[in-house]
Amino acid sequence: MDLNFNQADIDFRNEVRDFIKTSYTSEMKAELRRSKNGSASKDLHVKWQKSLYEKGWIAPNWPVEHGGPGFTTTQNYIFETEMAHAGVPRTVPFGLSMVAPVLMEFGTEEQKNKYLPDILATNVWWCQGYSEPGAGSDLASLQCKAEDKGDHYLVNGTKIWTTMAQHADMIFCLVRTSKTDKPQSGISFLLIDMKSEGIDVRPLITLDQSPEPYQEVNQVFFEDVKVPKENLVGEENKGWTYAKYLLEFERGNSYSPTLYRGIEKLKSIAKETSIGNGENLIDDSDFINKLNKCEIEIQALEFVELRIFSALSAGQRVGPESSILKTRGTELQQKLQELSVEAIGYWASPFVYDTFANINEPSIGPDYAMTIAPSYFNGRKTTIYAGSNEIQRNIISKAVLGL
Amino acid sequence: MDFSFSEEQTLLRNTIQSFLQDNYDFDSRKAIIQSEDGMSKENWQQLAELGLLGVPFSEADGGLDFGPVETMIVAEEFGKGLVIEPYIQTVVTCGGFLRRASESQRQEHLSKIISGEEIWAFAHAEPQGRFNLSDIKVNASKNNDEYSLNGHKCVVSGAPWAQKLIVSARTSGDQSDKDGISLFIVDKSAEGVSLRDYKTVDGSMASEVTFENVKIDSSSIIGEEGKAYDLIELVVDETIAALCAEAIGAMSVLNDATVEYCKTRKQFGQPIGKFQVLQHRMVDMFMQYEQSVSMTYMVNLKLSEDELERRKAASGAKVQICNASKFIGQSAVQLHGGMGMTDELNVGHYFKRLAMIETQFGNADHHLKKYSSAS
Repeated sequence: MDLNFNQADIDFRNEVRDFIKTSYTSEMKAELRRSKNGSASKDLHVKWQKSLYEKGWIAPNWPVEHGGPGFTTTQNYIFETEMAHAGVPRTVPFGLSMVAPVLMEFGTEEQKNKYLPDILATNVWWCQGYSEPGAGSDLASLQCKAEDKGDHYLVNGTKIWTTMAQHADMIFCLVRTSKTDKPQSGISFLLIDMKSEGIDVRPLITLDQSPEPYQEVNQVFFEDVKVPKENLVGEENKGWTYAKYLLEFERGNSYSPTLYRGIEKLKSIAKETSIGNGENLIDDSDFINKLNKCEIEIQALEFVELRIFSALSAGQRVGPESSILKTRGTELQQKLQELSVEAIGYWASPFVYDTFANINEPSIGPDYAMTIAPSYFNGRKTTIYAGSNEIQRNIISKAVLGL
Repeated sequence: MDFSFSEEQTLLRNTIQSFLQDNYDFDSRKAIIQSEDGMSKENWQQLAELGLLGVPFSEADGGLDFGPVETMIVAEEFGKGLVIEPYIQTVVTCGGFLRRASESQRQEHLSKIISGEEIWAFAHAEPQGRFNLSDIKVNASKNNDEYSLNGHKCVVSGAPWAQKLIVSARTSGDQSDKDGISLFIVDKSAEGVSLRDYKTVDGSMASEVTFENVKIDSSSIIGEEGKAYDLIELVVDETIAALCAEAIGAMSVLNDATVEYCKTRKQFGQPIGKFQVLQHRMVDMFMQYEQSVSMTYMVNLKLSEDELERRKAASGAKVQICNASKFIGQSAVQLHGGMGMTDELNVGHYFKRLAMIETQFGNADHHLKKYSSAS
């Protein structure tokens, strides 16, 4: 056991810092700083991801044979920490860290060759077709059906909470291909072109009220959508296995680098926020104790993450322990958002209409305050999505503790 | 000791409930928020016609001569309806100051409030002062019979709709001295008053208000020069008592909606309300609500007690209401799942309003400190 970096690690850290300095432009920073829901415009995301791609760093967790950089655990830690510290845009996960691992494990050679290079280069934008209005926590009860029509499937039904579907070229979908007693055993994993006839994307406006076209989620409707048979991943009716495999990637991220970034931001807010009587919020021990308590919990999570990830090699999944990361990561994120709202006091109140249109207007109150209340509201989703935290606790209880 | 409501009070509650039923369903409210004014002048007139704008004022001033319990009833019902119109700002806060103003000031202004002709807003908070009631930089310097007002008040709730402002300003002393603060009635259209109006995250409106050499006649001062702090604290405590009532109204809607949703939403072949982990969460929401109702009654019944007792009551109630608002608001969204995240469902709107009530006139940390210092 050793926590220190060697010279090669320090050199790598400098390389990451240099890359960020040249690639994360001031225009990007300005846009993201004023984003209500933490997302940037599609153009920005694509531009940023392409610069990571050119550097060879777009997919830190991919095996080298598919284009991963072959980072060591330490390098990966350095990479994530530096990226989070700089506040760069998150890479959009649906292609890179959701459908790609499934294709690598269960896809045909043709599918790997067709899809993986475009995912790596951000030539194709993916979205996720999992939840339905009647199938949320109980995902296996999904009803969106794909009928076998010989050379193609005919898809009818709907998917909901589809993040950034308005930008997407492709959607990976869980569809029902057979009605069986056990709902899990009639599900298939299908790749669908979003330009297919019969697909309709409708925005769902969420609590932060980001207006169209900057909405975060959508409902996607399928009406007699023809999908070629070759777009089936793995075997028909075995989709549940692939779906669960994917979910462990969706949940098994490291959260601590971004959380530390949140702590840094909050500390700088506390330094700048006057609370009357000539004092600043940083002088208020009640607040600082809460902030530090949060920081300690983040450190506990960080070391859980490090222990888990250092035991894995690239492309490997975390297993049901991913539910620990998702539960603690999202709850700490929400705690930070809560503390941020507390910190800014009355400045939580002004409503910012649009994410990017008023980028040149002076803010009401301090610049940093604008996105805090909408982020707090929008952040409530994190304990609901990717399997609610109640479901995560069920998973840990069943799959880890054997209860 | 008696916690029952009188017939008259029940009648008052029924009147408001039927007004809200007729005028304030979720879609009507949405239309009001999206309208050019951002509030409904017709609704405001109707509130006047129902006598509600005169609730706390004496009969001599043209009001209904009711006390804190009646104000609590109004605010609670408005909380259930998520009413946008600035009742607390105009009637409870500014009305609270004017009730203690001079005979001539009461005569000049109260009838216009009671008739619905004028909306008022209290311009007090400043960027550097946060929740500290005595940290006032806005300055009023006296020259003969006139004051000249300069400075910036932030997030003045309801100001875009107001004709008149009550402004706290420093007439002497250092920035956070309790001594040396005065209250002025300021015409919003007076020369040198400028506003930047905006919507707020809970569907209301507020302004940044700047004063630049605004001339105010010395007859517009409320009470004695430099001695306004105690009155500000009293009226803010009364406002907190009303905000607590508004909050319990909102909480009750969220709790009912959540229980109802969990009874009907099916997953894994049964209503999700059958799952114990959700049952316990809803039981906790219910217990938080009951304690909040109780603390709201407590503070409203103690508003007329001596200063120290009243301050403790207001801060204690606000701590309870802040904590419960957070827990109930967040839990209601969580238990509604993805639907709770949507703008089209009312749940999120109640959650957001409760989050803003937490901040108004001081959050839980602030009031815990105030409570400790009063104990």
